[in-house]
Amino acid sequence: MLVVENLTVEFPGRHGVFTAVEGVSMTVAPGEIHGLVGESGAGKSTIGAAVIGLLQAPGRIAAGSLRLGETDLRALTPAEAHRIRGKRISMIFQDPQTSLNPLMTIEDQLIETILAHEDIGGAAARARALDLLGEIGIENAAARIGAYPHQFSGGMRQRVVIALALCTNPELIIADEPTTALDVAVQSQVLALLRRLADTRGIGFILITHDIGVIAEITDRVTVLRGGRVMEAGATAQVLGAPTHPYTRALMAAVPRIDRKLERFLLPAVEGDLPETPEAADEAEYAANWLLSGLRHADSGPVLEISGLSVRFKGTRTSLFHAPEPFAALSDIALTVQPGSVLGVVGESGSGKSTLARAIVGLVNPAAGAMRFAGEGLPYGRARARSHPVRRAIQMVFQDPYSSLNSRHRIGEILAEPLKLYGIERDPAQRRRIAGAMLALVGLAPDAIDRYPHQFSGGQRQRIAVARALLARPSFLICDEPTSALDVSIQAQVLNLLKDLQARFGLTILFISHNLAVVRQMADNIVVLKSGRIVEAGPSEAFFASPQHPYSVELLSLTPSLALLDGAA
Amino acid sequence: MAYFILKRLIQSVFVMLAVAFLAFALFRFVGDPISQMTGVETTLADQERLREDLGLNDPFLVQFARFTGKMLVGDFGFSYRTRQPIGEMLLSRIPATLELGTVALLISLIVGIPAGVYTALRPRGAATQAILISTLVGVSIPTFVIGIFLIFLFGVKLGWLPTFGRGGTVQFGWWRSSLFTVDGWRALVLPALTLGVYQLTLTMRLVRAEMMEVMRTDFIRFATARGLPMRALHYRHALGNTMIPVITIIGLQFGGVIAFSIVTESVFQWPGMGLLFLESIRFVDIPVMGVYLVVIAFFFVLINLVVDLLYLAIDPRLRVKEAA
Repeated sequence: MLVVENLTVEFPGRHGVFTAVEGVSMTVAPGEIHGLVGESGAGKSTIGAAVIGLLQAPGRIAAGSLRLGETDLRALTPAEAHRIRGKRISMIFQDPQTSLNPLMTIEDQLIETILAHEDIGGAAARARALDLLGEIGIENAAARIGAYPHQFSGGMRQRVVIALALCTNPELIIADEPTTALDVAVQSQVLALLRRLADTRGIGFILITHDIGVIAEITDRVTVLRGGRVMEAGATAQVLGAPTHPYTRALMAAVPRIDRKLERFLLPAVEGDLPETPEAADEAEYAANWLLSGLRHADSGPVLEISGLSVRFKGTRTSLFHAPEPFAALSDIALTVQPGSVLGVVGESGSGKSTLARAIVGLVNPAAGAMRFAGEGLPYGRARARSHPVRRAIQMVFQDPYSSLNSRHRIGEILAEPLKLYGIERDPAQRRRIAGAMLALVGLAPDAIDRYPHQFSGGQRQRIAVARALLARPSFLICDEPTSALDVSIQAQVLNLLKDLQARFGLTILFISHNLAVVRQMADNIVVLKSGRIVEAGPSEAFFASPQHPYSVELLSLTPSLALLDGAA
Repeated sequence: MAYFILKRLIQSVFVMLAVAFLAFALFRFVGDPISQMTGVETTLADQERLREDLGLNDPFLVQFARFTGKMLVGDFGFSYRTRQPIGEMLLSRIPATLELGTVALLISLIVGIPAGVYTALRPRGAATQAILISTLVGVSIPTFVIGIFLIFLFGVKLGWLPTFGRGGTVQFGWWRSSLFTVDGWRALVLPALTLGVYQLTLTMRLVRAEMMEVMRTDFIRFATARGLPMRALHYRHALGNTMIPVITIIGLQFGGVIAFSIVTESVFQWPGMGLLFLESIRFVDIPVMGVYLVVIAFFFVLINLVVDLLYLAIDPRLRVKEAA
């Protein structure tokens, strides 16, 4: 149905022409889900945009042919191309929070879209919209159709987006990371819906994703891309089960497996990385010694003990006469972290994972409960003095490496700050020396010290964030979704780094993630949070082998797994 | 929703109290009211008696409470200069300023919003560049220069339009309007243009910036991918979302137009509140200045309330959340 041959997309710019996609060929048959997988910069989304004719300026198709059935998509005038959009090709975007117009009811948006392509009258359009909402699994569609997008949850909103893409009966739907912003439970429902639509309606899908688990779960065929070129393509089971191209193999090896714990990930070679030189090794050794010399090994007791911890947020006030219901973000949390161990905290969004981290570091005020750090009571958020020693001993690595580093400071200043702030090193020259060595330890080139954060990729920035945390000589590190914003190969690097540091310095880590497979790679013990409560806690390997609580079982079963492929291979 | 409005009203009361306090402090502490009211021939004993009669010897808070209470029932005191009640003076001036401000605002909206939309949709067109450059000139020329230029061109050289006053007016109760006679409109055009040009450039640039921002959002890309007609895309989806931040600024602008029409009113001898304020400053007519302060603050509070209600009307996310 869709035939793409030798597609090349170029972005002319000030510094010459950048070729985003080069010589890509692929086909999509009716009822087939074709996966495009690759890391950021692989050109996945560019291919999707080229097919639907929405390349961002100044991008242009430089060569190749795009045919949908009998129609040559490249020969269309802009007006004709616009008529095909929605009518024959439609698209689903990543974030359901932002892909609907917040000011219009979904009824208006659906009817408007249907009437834009078919002259069937408002009543018939409304009837079709209702049918469609029912078909994609929105209960009580007649009542819900008049609602605004913000009145739906994330998963429901993505269903509405799918209904909008579907309401004109297109032949081809391009789904660009349709489940990346969703929780696993919702993700599996949405994926099942896409599969069902392909099977029952014969719609062809191009599914763009970075998540190999998703590819393994529902696609028929897959094309692996890197740097705008096809690395490998074919039937999904064959490509993922018996990859022939080295890049595919490396990519597969970098994916955290939920079914087993790996000691280290094999890494695909990434450009711009530091080659191992003797000088760099010396530097890293210097930083390691500096860290080791400062480590005060705590007594044998647990590093962190929490009991009865509750955090409540004020609800939004909606009425004059009723006080708003407080929202319980965490209720009655009890946990213990032993020195040198990694505690994994898992749960869906809104389960209170990040609130737990924020309560420990003192960013939110708990309503009740006791926290003890290395045997001493931890004062609550605001009661904790700025100079309290725990502010140094507990350090945090945040999710988004783009916003967690001050973009106007050089890396050297960012790294020297903890040394200065906590009075660890008074001599500026020595501070710089240690900061430089720490960069080598996390695998960055020495000249990084005089550069600014924006000159680094996401993974490099996250390594800088880890280095900054280490420079405080923490005895306890909290990593809040440290790899969620990163590509798999970069994620593998950061996880390797954390594992190395943990093994070498006996770091105690609280590792928060929604991704069970990632947590499995890191954690010794696991805590499962649901709606602010601990539903299960225990040693990691035992948990993954036989989860006890029904919720844990469900979470595990919904996480896309590559195990299927091992059987196929 | 009722709670939201009530909260805003309570906030407004505090704002008004603070402004009333400022106005009172101005009245009470800038110079001695008695010595400004009386001449040299008044004896000290008479001055003292007057002071006692006017309650100026009472404790500060009592005086402030009396001042505020009188304001609430519409008693604004008397002008030093004209010996008239200030309430009447303002009432006769407010219509002129409101009409001027409203027409100026309409000019800026009717021209500014379409121009903003046009320049946002064709960011590289020649017409866009021309509009942007000419509005840059508009922003950088001070209001009074524009006013004087317009007077020179249309009043002196061409002789088409009058250069001062309100022209023919019609009386509706206490409201004297110049909107119902050709003569009145002829007098209104130049000052309204002068006042509107600056607002226009601001509105246009704001609409343009917001619209370009909205055009990059996911829901516009999604709407494009669904093949919606371009007109619906631009005017139904994009413009609505553009207006949310724009409304705040326009509201504040309108307050600004009313409060700071002083320059325009004096250039065109427009008998509005701004001119009254200027005259009061010249004669150190402190009670009038104090009341002017309160009235302007009241307009600002009122406009902000209207803006908040407009938000509620436009943005469903702010209305009471129903269970999803």
